Amino acid sequence: MTVTTASVPKIGRHFRIQWEEAQKAYVLLYPEGMVKLNQSAGEILKRCTGEASVGDITADLEKTFNAQGLQQDVINFVELALQQKWVETT
Amino acid sequence: MTDFAEAQAAQDAATIGPPLWLLAEVTYRCPLHCVYCYNPVDFAKHEAELSTEEWFKVLREARELGSVQCGFSGGEPMLRDDLELLVAEAHRLGYYTNLLTSGVGLNEKRIDALKEAGLDHIQLSFQDSSREMNDFLSSTRTFDLKRRAATLIKSRGYPMVMNCTIHRHNIDHIEAILQLADEIEAEYVELANTQYYGWAQVNRDQLLPSREQLECAERITNEWREKHGNKMKLFFVVPDYYENRPKKCMNGWGNIFLTITPDGKALPCHTARMLPGLEFPDVRTSSVREIWYESEGFNRYRGTGWMKEPCSSCPEKEKDYGGCRCQAYMVANDPNAADPVCDKSPFHHKIVEAVERAQIPGNPQQVKPLIYRGPKESLQLDRPF
Repeated sequence: MTVTTASVPKIGRHFRIQWEEAQKAYVLLYPEGMVKLNQSAGEILKRCTGEASVGDITADLEKTFNAQGLQQDVINFVELALQQKWVETT
Repeated sequence: MTDFAEAQAAQDAATIGPPLWLLAEVTYRCPLHCVYCYNPVDFAKHEAELSTEEWFKVLREARELGSVQCGFSGGEPMLRDDLELLVAEAHRLGYYTNLLTSGVGLNEKRIDALKEAGLDHIQLSFQDSSREMNDFLSSTRTFDLKRRAATLIKSRGYPMVMNCTIHRHNIDHIEAILQLADEIEAEYVELANTQYYGWAQVNRDQLLPSREQLECAERITNEWREKHGNKMKLFFVVPDYYENRPKKCMNGWGNIFLTITPDGKALPCHTARMLPGLEFPDVRTSSVREIWYESEGFNRYRGTGWMKEPCSSCPEKEKDYGGCRCQAYMVANDPNAADPVCDKSPFHHKIVEAVERAQIPGNPQQVKPLIYRGPKESLQLDRPF
């Protein structure tokens, strides 16, 4: 599936994202497993609420981290996350 | 920002990381009598189960250290009347909660209560694809009941995670087992070859499949993967007897796994209580922090410092940490030895002999009657494995 700025990603069914203080990281939890997320992955995935589009998420990240030109990186990551079923899109 | 793609499994080799995985074995009681159960053979001697409050303490203390996956197992965890309370507390503390069940005792009322309590996932075990074999292998009449449990699990929006332990008597039914998995719309299927601990070690020669059986089962599994694609995630776990390097048991001793037995012993793996000369701490008298970081039981086999030859000079020692301590004890009679699955072990011939026997159909060891797991048999055998 192709991801565009209009795609609206949401954390996948049976996955849960949460901050783990012991690991100082966001983690994705699923049946009998866990993925520890690096900072970038965590920041994107926690914004995948099913309400914000990829465009909105990019704008928010650029604002929060005072950065520019993140759009392609966000799209690439959401594509990867879709393949892994970490997110679903509507 | 190319590091976006580098989301990875957590592991920190430099320091002692948190016990990410907490396995709560809430009871050894079980309505099934599986011949390959990994519970200790003398389980019937350890009847004094932790109370609800004591489990709450374990859950709280482990969560404080960073435990995040919590498995409720047994025995059959549904036999605890307070299972819903335990799940609710684990959920409240922020765990991802997993129930590992035979499905016996799962009805509408209980699954709704568990869902309400915040249970995230249920793994349902089958013994085989047909009513006859399932019921023969578990020495019960539970097959139809399991099918109903599968429907219930699905109807409450849970992912369907099916587990089937594989061995000589059901490995030729892999196709039918996969068919069953497809029928119950399983999303994850674990075809786990028996590992030889506990009751499976008692029945080892009767359960070990032949090489031909194993290759055939793997081929069918791979064909199924090609035919059905990603719909069902299939895991096929080979028996380590057919390998020549040991598994990285529990991902390393005291590395991420913490098992609490029904009677409150804290173990680095669910079979470690068999090891001689090693006192494992009790959650009634020690905190989980003391247990994980300070106890002799957890520190003894951490890292590589404890190793002797051939492990200590082995270039692969960080890869498998010498394999399984229990297997070293059971086969080489020395828990400090290399796992005899490794072909560098001086005791590897014992594994080879068992594997060779498995190639001869109908040999005397193989046709001995199976010993079913049960309290009476447990007290009669009166030994750890």
